[in-house]
Amino acid sequence: MTKALVVATAVTAALALAMIVGYAPNERVQGVVQRIFYFHVPMAWVAYLAFSVVLVASIAYLWKRDSRWDAVARASVEIGVLFTTLVLVTGSLWGKPIWNTWWTWDGRLTSTLVLWFIYVGYLMLRAYTPDPERAARLSAVLGIVGFLDIPIIHFSVQWWRTLHPEPVIARSDPQAPPEMILTLVVSLVAMTLLYTTLLVYRTALERIRDENRELLQGEVNELSTQAGRAPVSTTVGNPNA
Amino acid sequence: MPVEVRVDVAAPAIRAVGISRRYAGVLALRGIDLTLQFGERLALTGPNAAGKTTLIRVLATALRPTAGSLSIGGIDALRHPAQARRLIGVVGHQPYLYGELTARENLRFYARIYGVAAAELRISQVLDEVGLEGRADEPVRNLSRGLQQRASLARAILHEPRLLLLDEPETGLDEAAQITLGQLVADWARRGRSIVLASHRLEWAQGLTDRALVLDHGAIGGYDPLQRSDSILPPLRPGLDLLEGREPER
Amino acid sequence: MTAFVGQVYAVLAKDLLVEWRSRDLVIAMIVFAFLALVTFNFALDLRPDMVSAVGRGVLWVVVVFAGTIGLGRSFAAERDQGTLEGLLIAPLDRSALFFAKVLGNLLFMALVELVAVAAFVALFNVAIDPLPLAATLALGTLGLAATGTLFAGIASNTRAREVMLPVLLFPIIVPILIGVVQASQPAFGEGAAREAPWLVLLATFDVVYLAAGAVAFEYVLEE
Repeated sequence: MTKALVVATAVTAALALAMIVGYAPNERVQGVVQRIFYFHVPMAWVAYLAFSVVLVASIAYLWKRDSRWDAVARASVEIGVLFTTLVLVTGSLWGKPIWNTWWTWDGRLTSTLVLWFIYVGYLMLRAYTPDPERAARLSAVLGIVGFLDIPIIHFSVQWWRTLHPEPVIARSDPQAPPEMILTLVVSLVAMTLLYTTLLVYRTALERIRDENRELLQGEVNELSTQAGRAPVSTTVGNPNA
Repeated sequence: MPVEVRVDVAAPAIRAVGISRRYAGVLALRGIDLTLQFGERLALTGPNAAGKTTLIRVLATALRPTAGSLSIGGIDALRHPAQARRLIGVVGHQPYLYGELTARENLRFYARIYGVAAAELRISQVLDEVGLEGRADEPVRNLSRGLQQRASLARAILHEPRLLLLDEPETGLDEAAQITLGQLVADWARRGRSIVLASHRLEWAQGLTDRALVLDHGAIGGYDPLQRSDSILPPLRPGLDLLEGREPER
Repeated sequence: MTAFVGQVYAVLAKDLLVEWRSRDLVIAMIVFAFLALVTFNFALDLRPDMVSAVGRGVLWVVVVFAGTIGLGRSFAAERDQGTLEGLLIAPLDRSALFFAKVLGNLLFMALVELVAVAAFVALFNVAIDPLPLAATLALGTLGLAATGTLFAGIASNTRAREVMLPVLLFPIIVPILIGVVQASQPAFGEGAAREAPWLVLLATFDVVYLAAGAVAFEYVLEE
């Protein structure tokens, strides 16, 4: 099953790349640089998808208290932050030749930046909470509460920006030729498959880590009890956890 | 406002089955079974880090057990914690009192939270019972540790719980204060109420209770800490050094 | 229902009484706010011609920073004194505890805002229309108190908790930051009264996070 997923990802990715380079036409105003769009937009889509998965996994974890859901959340947040970073970077790379500036407080970029901060905060919360079960529970709360803010942030930033319009606004051409739309769709599919593959592998890795830790802790507990000593935690205070 | 709690009179004060508690992977409690009837008084002993405080906190519903079930007076403490909490009073290491407020003000606050009827009267009553009437209107942080523990006891019995949990209440008290505290607890426990007393002071605890439970690394290690010769209970695991309150040699 | 309100009132009254006895929190917040205003004056070189334009933002940033200090402290005190456990073993509804803490934080922040606005008017000689500003600040501060209380609860479980609170809180309150500054335009005497949609946004934010906090607090405090 995972093999099929990897193959599908590889095939669609190759196809998308081919289309981006060869098939999609040049955009009139922006030229070749515009092709970053075919990466930038699907990455943004995947980032939001990733954080939606975090929302679902967080709710499931608080409800069922099954650490497998927590593993999914952990994995999806990492991937989500990675893709959000890429969105910001590709946005910058795209902006420089077009607007002659590395950054602009455009509505969507700004919202994405705030999103980035929220989920980097999630990663920090996990890193700074010593007890793994507590970390799982608190970050599940954050995963839900943070997601609620996304639409509100969007609206507020959008309204704010329309009051101060940018001198040059990059808009996707409403009369985009079908070749562009097709390339975009294929790229979107490829990116989503890539996300799914990464999620599956990352979650599996997290679960293996959890199981290893359980096994190790179990052994430590056993041996300690036999020796008549208090067992030591393999996580709290352990830098290698 | 007064709150009625339906207590099943036939139900035990505590029925704990298979209580386990994990913290950071370590099992602080491993499958503890405990049944206590109303009117019974239990002592909880064991070396440091044996899990006495953890068990008290689980019984107090301050901690959720990782596994197992707990009912207090017939009420499922995990499903209906708020109801169970009305039956329980806790005296811990910390007095759970706000230092800037007076004992009386602290009690007024807890009276409201617990829904105690005729609060002012009841507050005067408990202050009298613990012998704190004279100093009830000073900030709690000005009181000695002994008096603070008495105030803590007043807070614990304010809502007339039927089960009192005490976690090493004698900590930081001098001899006289310990005796006073012991007397107060003994008086309180006379009227068909239950106590669970975790303590290092074996003889003191024995004087206040009917039976004992020994904890050993989170599990039950035995039932008779002083190894009386006529005891039919199983002996302690060798090497378990209780009288010193220390862990066995490392 | 009345029992619930009674519990909220009991915790709130207790918090206010404790703060009144020591007064250290509110005084610290007020002094900080005052100092921050003066610091902004130097940093931004606030001359009369641009004070109105920038002033709204400066005022609100000062309130947010001062508020964040207070939020962290209120939780830390309960944890350090050990009294939080006393609340958790009581039959106290966790959402009642949440609302009580939010109201307490709201009142402290309101006090700081009063002083901050008065200081702002005095220091920078800016005319402010009090009623619209009060409405805007009220909605904004409520959102700040709700999210702040929730995240203070979360952050108090972590290492470096003084840092974790702003790190978690600031991106979440971006809508309030934008909303309050925009909605206070008419109060500062510039621009037509376009604040209605912003006030609705703030109110929506408040409702969402009061509800979310009330439900989530149980999970945050659970041991």
